[in-house]
Amino acid sequence: MNKATSPNGATPPHERDIKTIVNAGLARRHAAERRFRWYGLTAITLGLAFVVLMFANIINKGLPAFWQTYIQVPITFDAAALDPEGQRDPRALAGADYNALVRAGLRQLFPKVEGRLPLRALSALVSTDASYDLQRRVLADPQLIGTQQEIWLLASAAVDTFVKGNIDRGLEEANRPIKDNQIDWIDQLRAAGKIERQFNAVLFRSGDSREPEQAGIRGALMGSFFTLLVTFLLSFPIGVATAVYLEEFAPKNRWTDIIEVNINNLAAVPSIVFGLLGLAVFINFFGLPRSAPLVGGLVLSLMTLPVIIIAGRAALTSVPPSIREAALGMGASKLQMVGHHVLPLAMPGMLTGSIIGMARALGESAPLLMIGMVAFIVDVPKSFLDPATVLPVQIYLWSDLPERAFVERTSAAIMVLLAFMILMNGLAILLRKRFERRW
Amino acid sequence: MSTTAIDTQIALNGALNRNAPIRQSAGAQVTDYDNRQTVGKITVDNPKMACREVNVYYGQKHAIKNVSLDIGANEVIAFIGPSGCGKSTFIRCLNRMNDTIPAARVTGLIKLDDDDIHAKEIDVVQLRARVGMVFQKPNPFPKSIYENVAYGPRIHGMVNDKAELDQLVRDSLERAGLIKEVEKRMLEPGTSLSGGQQQRLCIARAIAVNPEVILMDEPCSALDPIATAKIEELIDELRENYTIVIVTHSMQQAARVSQRTAYFHLGDLIEIGDTDQIFTNPRHKLTEDYITGRFG
Amino acid sequence: MQPLLFLTLLLLSAGAYYVGRRRALAVAGGHIRNLHSLPSFYGSYAALWCGLPALLVFALWAVVQPNLLVDWVVAGLPPELRDLPPDRLNLVVNDLKNLVGGNFVSSASDPVMVEAAERYRQLRAIGNTALWVVVLSFAIAGTAYAWRAISPAFRARNRVEGVVNLFLIASSTVAIFTTVGIVLSVIFESMRFFRQVPVAEFLFGLQWSPQTALRADQVGSSGAFGAAPLFAGTLLVSAIAMLVAVPIGLMSALYLSEYATPKFRAFAKPALEILAGIPTVVYGFFAALTVAPLIREIGSALGLHVASESALAAGLVMGIMIIPFVSSLSDDVINAVPQSMRDGSYALGATKSETITRVLLPAALPGIVGSILLAISRAIGETMIVVMAAGLSANLTANPLEAVTTVTVQIVTLLTGDQEFDSPKTLAAFALGLVLFVVTLILNIIALRVVRKYREQYE
Ligand SMILES: Nc1ncnc2c1ncn2[C@@H]1O[C@H](COP(=O)(O)OP(=O)(O)O)[C@@H](O)[C@H]1O
Ligand SMILES: [Mg+2]
Repeated sequence: MNKATSPNGATPPHERDIKTIVNAGLARRHAAERRFRWYGLTAITLGLAFVVLMFANIINKGLPAFWQTYIQVPITFDAAALDPEGQRDPRALAGADYNALVRAGLRQLFPKVEGRLPLRALSALVSTDASYDLQRRVLADPQLIGTQQEIWLLASAAVDTFVKGNIDRGLEEANRPIKDNQIDWIDQLRAAGKIERQFNAVLFRSGDSREPEQAGIRGALMGSFFTLLVTFLLSFPIGVATAVYLEEFAPKNRWTDIIEVNINNLAAVPSIVFGLLGLAVFINFFGLPRSAPLVGGLVLSLMTLPVIIIAGRAALTSVPPSIREAALGMGASKLQMVGHHVLPLAMPGMLTGSIIGMARALGESAPLLMIGMVAFIVDVPKSFLDPATVLPVQIYLWSDLPERAFVERTSAAIMVLLAFMILMNGLAILLRKRFERRW
Repeated sequence: MSTTAIDTQIALNGALNRNAPIRQSAGAQVTDYDNRQTVGKITVDNPKMACREVNVYYGQKHAIKNVSLDIGANEVIAFIGPSGCGKSTFIRCLNRMNDTIPAARVTGLIKLDDDDIHAKEIDVVQLRARVGMVFQKPNPFPKSIYENVAYGPRIHGMVNDKAELDQLVRDSLERAGLIKEVEKRMLEPGTSLSGGQQQRLCIARAIAVNPEVILMDEPCSALDPIATAKIEELIDELRENYTIVIVTHSMQQAARVSQRTAYFHLGDLIEIGDTDQIFTNPRHKLTEDYITGRFG
Repeated sequence: MQPLLFLTLLLLSAGAYYVGRRRALAVAGGHIRNLHSLPSFYGSYAALWCGLPALLVFALWAVVQPNLLVDWVVAGLPPELRDLPPDRLNLVVNDLKNLVGGNFVSSASDPVMVEAAERYRQLRAIGNTALWVVVLSFAIAGTAYAWRAISPAFRARNRVEGVVNLFLIASSTVAIFTTVGIVLSVIFESMRFFRQVPVAEFLFGLQWSPQTALRADQVGSSGAFGAAPLFAGTLLVSAIAMLVAVPIGLMSALYLSEYATPKFRAFAKPALEILAGIPTVVYGFFAALTVAPLIREIGSALGLHVASESALAAGLVMGIMIIPFVSSLSDDVINAVPQSMRDGSYALGATKSETITRVLLPAALPGIVGSILLAISRAIGETMIVVMAAGLSANLTANPLEAVTTVTVQIVTLLTGDQEFDSPKTLAAFALGLVLFVVTLILNIIALRVVRKYREQYE
């Protein structure tokens, strides 16, 4: 063992004592090892931290949007003002001046307020929707006329933001959307228990609006629903049929090779290019209407198709050949074999792939911008041809708006979107677990 | 052969410091099937490695059962036995390759010279540099021939400069009997060689770090007869400088290259002894059956 | 759309199935073995004959009717309206349609328009009735044809299977048509663009300001369509993204496949892949509202000027988005390196990190390069993050703290909002789309090749 006194000295390399040599370098090498391991752990921690950070950030911003400030105002449904004819004619009732009722109610709360500007500031405490709210109430229940009621009216976005603590009192008056006198009133209302936070049903009940407190995602949700319905109805049957054809029937030749390569490449084409296709072909060539869920669905189904085809083929290949042989052996035709035996076994896998594809389509926005689904649309769409937007595009539209209340709503809309995605992916995982088979 | 010869040794050397005796049966002429105690002499005069009561478990599976044996310096010892009997598992204990398998658990004492290889102060990096290994399937790295051989010296920092490294690579290839074939193509990928050449490249790679022991797990099972012959020749030459442990399923090979042979059966070390004796005069029924080709 | 007619047709088809089945049993004298095919095939045959031709007529009608109606109504308009130039006439027709739809339009008081709308409504009513009659007759005639064709020797199964086969084959060509559609639409529109703006100027010009070229007399001659700043901006943002994604993604993959316990791996791998499932608009929001202000604050704390929409913010967030992409592809690639390579290295006394950096990475390099190429193509094509966080100013700069714009951002900007379809501004978007499509396609093809070659190496 005394081959070498100095490990790397004059002895020829082949006679050096490996034990001493290795020992000399061990500390350094182990340090390098620890460092490398630490890099890896840091990388993965960073990645996971981003996930947590993003979710935390969005939930933190969006959670308050699920509650909305309301102000309790005494409203006198004055018969003389609302229905001078006394006929309870809905037309006449609809045309009455409800704004006046709101103003009167607010003045009743703060009788000392005088002057045009202060009075305007006072009315600005409640949303412009308050008068429509009263109109709806009266139309729904004409009995209200002639009574006085304490009614919770939707507060304006500025009030809501202030009540949620997102406007600093210490700011100079000119720099905040809510003025000193308004703050004073809000404090009084608060002290009297006339300010309350309620569940923000408006968010789920109404379409888009320029006023944050009146803006909701109902329109976008319905738009997404119609768009995805079209996407599913088109891409699922076509995708399954393509997968079945390629996997079970197609001869292996140049043509099917081309189809295969083509599908793989299509899966990697940037989504915005599909938008260009939709614009050029569906809108400009076929003359389909802009902003329609039908066109959005068409574009997204072309995008989703490769996903479904690839998942479908994987599901089909996982069905063992023995089942095919058994079916054919019983005298079934090839189509019967596929229809009765192979397809049912592959169906859970295909559905899983399709759900994941649909979840992706749900989050897609870029191609929809191209086909005009970015318009400001107040009405909730009722069909495939009504102008509509979708949830992610609504998020995009709102994210451009500077008001704090919109930032809040954007985050809330993101939470709803993510909830849907989690739901769909969860469903896919469940389906896979439930039907997972080991052959 | 003398029937009275009693080879049994319970010569635990002092360092072992254990009370439990090694199960080892007295050497009757032929031991019966049911007897699973090791027949033959497990010790040697100048052991390079010593294993005592080694057990290996893969999860619940007991793959090596209480095996004790010595490996002599500068000898070639062959492990034979039917497939699945634990030869690979055992040979991988000798350089702690089983550490890389999460499910594997090794107990017992294994010593290299005077060092317990499982001891805290023994580093597995150092151990593996001292106990090299050649695998069943040639596994050259996807690098040039030169880089394959230079890999070990580089990571261990064995050489001071490029000239020394060149020298070492040449020497190693020479000792592995490969230098003539690859002299002109040192920079070609190792995978471009034929199977037998690849295996010799792996041997060159192993001896480049100047190990004390070389483990070979069926080094020829993926090779044709001519390549096999070359490797066997090589093993004979390497014996001068190294201790070699070879697993083989070919009894001819064991007979040709080894001085001692150990026969494993279902995780038990059944019989161990001089190769000549094992092949001409096995003392355990199982060994006899295996040698005579009744199973394998 | 006529959902009711559609439903009726479905019901009729179901009826035809029943009729066909009954008929088959009847001609076979109740003995199935006399039939060539199972009775259900005769039913399906009848149902197909009932539904398919009628549906075809239905679809054709639905496409043709609105145009025909407009033509007829326009023909009946007074000459001074009828002979308007096409774009003006279009406005009239739009008004008319709105009027028909019951919407308020400015011309509501015009008696000519009101009358035309009335005529349109009448014609439409007639047309719809005719549609019902025609479609239902086709359905019944089809069923009758099938009914007559059914005989014991009739090969219903082969016919039905033929139709299904046809459907399968047709489906598989949809993907091809999609590609053809993409290629044709971008090439066609790009060629129109390049007729107005020379290719070289578009590809190498340094000045991009399409908005100034709005006036008709300025079209194409303004020299405002030099896309080089866009390409540079795209590269800058993608490069930042890759600088984030490649080290983090690769190191994560290495840690997960070589160091992590199975338990940790089972948790961390899917958790990391959540990043891939988050919609890009969410990243965009995060970039614009959280990361960009943060970077600006840090920048000003360091005394640096950071634009409010910096390339850095967009690139960073895009990098985060791409992490799982790099990590899961690399993970596959690293796992494809055979265990024997690791064994060989460990047996020589290498540590784990030595084995990784000196054996695994070189062995996996082609595959890793392939996955990085895929990730780059992904970054180049990414839209929402840059639209929301990178800005619109076409700066030719390599400074990540400045605002840049990218190809995708410009496509979106040029095509949203009011547009005329022939203006070079709109067409430029397609030219950019063509560049984007070609570049990503090339990257993908190379990447898929490399990865496949690599896989084969170890098979
Ligand atoms: N990684 C492992 N995990 C679980 N069991 C194993 C593993 N490797 C080997 N075994 C089992 O241990 C026994 C011995 O295997 P091995 O040592 O490879 O046998 P040999 O090399 O003699 O053919 C076999 O029964 C085998 O199934
Ligand atoms: Mg083995």
